[in-house]
Amino acid sequence: MDLVNAVVQGTLLGGLYALFAAGLSLIFGVMRLVNIAHGDLIVLAAYLGLTTTAALGVHPLVALIVVVPAMAGIGYVLQRAVLNHTLGDDILPPLLVTFGLSVIIQNALLEGYSADPQKMDAGALETASVALGPLSLGVLPLLTFAFAIAVIAGLQWVFYRTPLGRAFRATSDNQDIAQLMGLNKRHVFGMAMALALAVTAVAGILLGIRTSFDPSVGGGRLIFGFEAVIIGGLGNLWGTLVGGVILGVAQTVGATINPGWQLLAGHIAFLVILAVRPNGLFPRISG
Amino acid sequence: MPEPILTLRGLDAFYGDFQALYGVDLTVSEGEVLAIIGANGAGKTTLLRSISGLIGNMAEQVQFRGASIGAERPDVIAQMGLAMVPEGRQLFPSLSVAENLMIGGRVNREGPWNLRKVYDLFPILEERKAQASTSLSGGQQQMVAIGRALMANPDLIMFDEISLGLAPVIIRDIYKALPGIVGGGMSAVIVEQDITKALEVSSRVYCLQEGRVSLEGKSDAVSREDIARAYFGVE
Ligand SMILES: Nc1ncnc2c1ncn2[C@@H]1O[C@H](COP(=O)(O)OP(=O)(O)O)[C@@H](O)[C@H]1O
Ligand SMILES: [Mg+2]
Repeated sequence: MDLVNAVVQGTLLGGLYALFAAGLSLIFGVMRLVNIAHGDLIVLAAYLGLTTTAALGVHPLVALIVVVPAMAGIGYVLQRAVLNHTLGDDILPPLLVTFGLSVIIQNALLEGYSADPQKMDAGALETASVALGPLSLGVLPLLTFAFAIAVIAGLQWVFYRTPLGRAFRATSDNQDIAQLMGLNKRHVFGMAMALALAVTAVAGILLGIRTSFDPSVGGGRLIFGFEAVIIGGLGNLWGTLVGGVILGVAQTVGATINPGWQLLAGHIAFLVILAVRPNGLFPRISG
Repeated sequence: MPEPILTLRGLDAFYGDFQALYGVDLTVSEGEVLAIIGANGAGKTTLLRSISGLIGNMAEQVQFRGASIGAERPDVIAQMGLAMVPEGRQLFPSLSVAENLMIGGRVNREGPWNLRKVYDLFPILEERKAQASTSLSGGQQQMVAIGRALMANPDLIMFDEISLGLAPVIIRDIYKALPGIVGGGMSAVIVEQDITKALEVSSRVYCLQEGRVSLEGKSDAVSREDIARAYFGVE
């Protein structure tokens, strides 16, 4: 029974990890950029949520109305003003610059909000649960999982059903030829980062409702997101959800066996899959 | 002589330290079909990439419809009405046939070409429209590449190695479609290995040799000996 419970809870936790991962996957897919600052941007979104709830006195989920467009705007400006200049044949500059960005965000948050752990108050939502037979499922984890599915379905729709998604795929395929189609690749990349950070806003708010956070927790979120992306296979958004779920289940099952093994079990699952399937379970992008 | 739509003045092009073009002067007149020939590595692709903005140059070195575009971004140049059918097709593998065509039309220029017209020109593409572009034969892929460029309703269309790697019967089909493409007043630059074909469809021809123009003339007036000399540099 414990095991069944752990698998169910882990699956729901996987939704959060998929939200961490989706933006990372999108950015890598469109512009081959590995964003080291991704976790810190999630934490930044959580703090923006905190400030919004405090300033406007609204529920954290209502704060999404402010934080999602804010993060999207930050993403667009960040890409056009900074990250576009680092993209080229050499993969090192974007790594170095996003690493630097990670440090800057952490220090800015430390200045602005101090190192004290913070948490967003979502009221009854935090403790509400529904009974499913002998299992008790938290409404918040269920909601998080539903958000993950909705976000990934939405991204999937944008990617495969809209002119913007066509531009993303074309630019990802061949930047030169995409430009000959009249696509300004700097703008396309800006839009991709805007979309990625809009997802990050959802991830950050849900993180900040679920657990307490401080300016230093971004690195861990980056690792979870990164592992989910790799397990699922690069460039496959539904694969990313599967990757998140595998990671979440490994962690909760590990914790059931021994509370100290939670993170370790997740990393081991990641390494095992990486060893067996170096391209992840459902790779779409080769090379 | 009609107004030139494209003028190159002393165009140099570089890959890093390597100079691939040396002071190329060239004009394309309104409505003209111009052929560019030359041995492998002569600089034909480099020339087209410079015109389309994929290689940056000095602004005045490339004039398109009176504007200096040598230093302009490729997407801006595309919006101005210049389209290219690149060497080796270079379709977008993640896009279906129809999507490849539609993305060509996203510059949203007025003109006779649309999805319907492209399907009328190459009916096989309509049958295959939902397929991945990578699943098509080489000839069909070339049709998509041509259709994709036409969807932009360009004033000038450039074909790089239009028949390279295609079966003779396919090449014939593609050339059969050419008058229907350029007949509407569109100007064209055609890079072609098959010299006979190049001379047949063009009004004027340029030959490149090691990055320089080695011959320029009316396609029905240049002699075989002139071309051999211009092509290989033999006396
Ligand atoms: N990306 C590149 N980097 C360096 N040199 C190049 C590159 N592309 C082409 N070249 C060189 O530029 C010259 C002209 O090449 P290209 O324009 O492709 O010739 P063509 O199309 O006439 O065969 C050749 O010497 C070729 O080796
Ligand atoms: Mg070439």
